[in-house]
Parts: sequence; structure tokens; C-alpha cells
Amino acid sequence: MKTPLLKGAALLGASALIAQPALAAAPDAEAVSAGTAYIFNTLLFLIGGFLVMWMAAGFAMLEAGLVRAKNTSTQCIKNIGLYSIAGLMFWVIGYSIAYPGFAEGSLGLFGVAGFPYAMQGVGSADTDTGYSVASDWFFQMVFCATTASIVSGTVAERVKIVPFFIFVTVLTGIIYPVVVSWEWGGGYLDSVHGFSDFAGSTLVHSTGGWAALVGAIIIGARAGRYGADGKVNVFPGANIPLATLGTFILWLGWFGFNGASQLAMGTVGDASDVSKIFVNTNMAAAGGVVVAIILTQVMYKKADVTMALNGALAGLVSITAEPLAPTVGQSILIGGIGGVIVVFTVPLLDKFKIDDVVGAIPVHLVAGIWGTLIVAWTGDATFMGQLVGVLLTAVWVSAASAVVWLALKFTIGLRPSEEDEMMGLDKAEIGVEAYPEFAR
Amino acid sequence: MKFIIAIIKPFKLDEVREALGAIGVAGMTVSEVKGFGRQKGQTEIYRGAEYSTNMLPKVKLEIAVSDEIAGQVVETIQQTANTEAIGDGKIFVLDLASATRIRTGEAGETAL
Repeated sequence: MKTPLLKGAALLGASALIAQPALAAAPDAEAVSAGTAYIFNTLLFLIGGFLVMWMAAGFAMLEAGLVRAKNTSTQCIKNIGLYSIAGLMFWVIGYSIAYPGFAEGSLGLFGVAGFPYAMQGVGSADTDTGYSVASDWFFQMVFCATTASIVSGTVAERVKIVPFFIFVTVLTGIIYPVVVSWEWGGGYLDSVHGFSDFAGSTLVHSTGGWAALVGAIIIGARAGRYGADGKVNVFPGANIPLATLGTFILWLGWFGFNGASQLAMGTVGDASDVSKIFVNTNMAAAGGVVVAIILTQVMYKKADVTMALNGALAGLVSITAEPLAPTVGQSILIGGIGGVIVVFTVPLLDKFKIDDVVGAIPVHLVAGIWGTLIVAWTGDATFMGQLVGVLLTAVWVSAASAVVWLALKFTIGLRPSEEDEMMGLDKAEIGVEAYPEFAR
Repeated sequence: MKFIIAIIKPFKLDEVREALGAIGVAGMTVSEVKGFGRQKGQTEIYRGAEYSTNMLPKVKLEIAVSDEIAGQVVETIQQTANTEAIGDGKIFVLDLASATRIRTGEAGETAL
């Protein structure tokens, strides 16, 4: 997802070329009017946007299924709360930081455009832009929400809702938008390093992943999770069907996430590209699932359903940095390696006593890094350029997240009392149990 | 009268119920229970970490019968619920002091 403005400009450039007969390639003969292109481009943003919005439901169900029954209501309120806070913050300031309109020759590290973001008047349209600005804002906003969703899964079951929501406020208002400005906002990574991240393996998924990792370290593991002798005490998820439904919802939403990141569907070429992205996205996820099933079957003698679910998501994250350029075979391979990453990184985190309830760190952070670096093979990017993007994101997001998590820890506190944690956050924080009939 | 408590594998319940019906057992109480025996549960793997399921699900049958058929009931359960594998369960027999049918007030073996 390069900046919409650049893409729109390229689009206009293409239609200007039609005037020159010598350059009229076959697709240009199929060109539509600016008004029709505006409608199709806008439609792509809207459809993609509500598909990505629905990913919030996917995260909610995945997490509700993988926490213990006593923390399920809490996980649900965190998910609908973070989605709403992300939208509010992205309107208040987030979009203005993400797309600051860096001045020519500036380093492009931080800027703020006028805020709040202005919408078009009723019935008005600007065909020069190529799409409705509200559709663009909506599409960008749901990506911001996705970033926050990643964090809630990792730190589930042991962080109180108020500090969690405060962290989400800073993450969606400042931390994430700054990363976006470096790349999709035309800033430092885009202009200096030629960094390439089509739909956000780094910008969205690794950003959420770093925030989650730092959170998990500062908050600490769930009470009783790691025994004195290094033994891992397993807390199996309460509802595997919900986790499976959540994963399917995320998989569906990803067609919007990657497909609509083409940012244009007003030409026949763009329509073909969006379709190709759908295929590659699907096949990467399928590769991740099959690899995770085979590996767990071979290593543990039983296939692990939660690993298969994580495998799908790792495959999706892996292909997100470049879902258009790879062949289908490359996509399956890239997604399949995402599945390998999940199966080996999940137990590895436990070795370091980093308690990631739903596996968001392997899925979003590690597979996100993998997906970003491999663009040097499949896409238009250099390995060094990709590495700089990964590292810069790591440093900024980790440092900023650490400041916020630590500030919360030493002021209002992050964790419930051990007694409340053992009783379950549903009773301690929400007062409504998810499955009251079963608790009796 | 005897009071028979049998702990069996859940999937054997229907088979045991049919076999007991065939030898004249008129009723029983069934509960889903959890527990462990000499095997001490079993080990599973969740997300790459081993854990032991300390309590395994079992079905508990409670059956009150006359002294005459008590031996046959125990034998029937033992044979029907047997899979020749660990975790097949146990059968306990207690002396039963009295039995009363609530609807009619009948007492003793006629209440069974």
C-alpha cells in the first residue's frame, strides 16, 4: 500500500498517456472515465474496509476461544473497546500523523498534517484524487485497529482493562501512525531506503507484535504459568470452535486487507492485480495451515488445532508485505515457512518465559519480519532496505511501548491482584461471566 | 440388598446399560465424573508444551439391586465395560440398609 496520493497520480498519468497513440497498450484501450474509476476505486476501499473491520470480530473470537473461560468477557470488552478507541484516535490525530505530507527534502521522520481530518462535503467529489477521501480514511482507520487487536491477544488474562485501554490510545494515536508515515506517508523508509511493505507485514503486524512483546515482558506471565523448575503449566483455551471461527473470519478479512491495498480498481490492470492478490493471499494461508498440521503431527504425534489456526494467520502475515508480485508457488512457500515459524517459535517463547496467550508474537511479529525480508526475493526491494525498515520499526515501537507500559506499571498499575487473577478477570473487572451456566 | 457403584469408561455406558437391562436391572443413576487411578491421568501436548490431564472423565453408575442378582450385575458390568486396557474403571459393592419408593412409600426390595 503505497500512499494513495502517489497511486492516484500514477493513475492520472496513465490516462494522460492514452492521448499518445504510440503508447496505447492494450489495457489502455479499456480505460474508463475518471468518474467511473472514482466509483470503482472508492468501492474497493469500502469493501476492503468493511472486510478489515470484520477482522476485529475475528480477533475477538480467536482470543475469546484461546483464553480460559473465566477471562472471556474481559477479552470481549477489550476487543470491542480497542476497535472503538482506535477509530476515535485515528480521527483525532492518528491519520494526520500517518499522512503528514512531508515537505520535499525533509528526512520524513515525523510530521503532523492539519487535524482532525476533513471529509468531503455532502454530494461532492474530487475526481482528481481518484477516490472518495472518506473511503480512504475509513480503510486506513481499520488498519490502525488491526494493530491494536494484535496486542490484546498476547497480554490476555493478566492486564486490567483501564491500563490496557490507555496503552491502546497511545498506540493507535501516535506509535502506529508514526510508523505508517515513514512508509505509506512517503517518509524516511519510502524515500530514502526504497522500503517495500504492500499491506503492512511490518507497518501493521510487526508494529502490533513489538508492542505485544514488550507488553508481555513488562507485564509478566500469567500467575502460575511457569513453574520454578522451568516447567510450563498449560492453560488450554476454553473454546476451540470460537478460535476456529475467529481464524476463518480473519482469513476472510485478509482479502480486504491485502486485496484493497492495491488502492485502485479503476483500470482493468488493477482489477486483475486485485484478483491475483486474492489468490496469493489464500494460498499462503493454506500453506501455513498444512505445514503446521504436518509438523505438529510428526513432532507430537497429534496435530495441534491451535497451531493450525496460528499457521493460517502466519501464512497470511508472511504474504502481506508483497501479495502481488510472487507466483502462486512462491506464495505457498512463503506462507508455508510462516507455518514453520509458528510451530518452532511458540515453544521458544515459553523457554524465555514470555507468556503469549494466543501466539500473536510468532504470528504477527516473527512472520511479519520474515514476510518483509523475503520481498527482496519476490518484489521490488533490496534486502538492506527491508532490514532497515524492520530494525527502525523495532527500535521505535519497542522503545515507545516500553515507556507507556512502564509508566502505567508505576502509576495506576497493570495487573489485578493475584487473588483477582485466580478468580478470573470476568468477575473482578467486568462482573459478567461469559458462561455463567457452566460455572455453577 | 446391595448398592453397586461402578466407574466405567464413558463410551461403554450404552453397552453396559443394555446388558444390565437384559438381566433385569430396573434402574440406575448415571453421573459424569472425573478422577484418576494408578495411571495418574495422561500426558497431552498443547502448543508445544507437555501437560498432564490429572483427572480423566469417567461415568459413574449407581445401582440398587436385590442380593440374588448382585453377583450377576457385577459380573455383567465387569465383562461388558472391559476393554482390557488401563483405565477401565472399578466396581464397588456396599450393603444397602433400606430403600423407599417416594410415590407409594413402599420399602425394601419391592421399592427397587
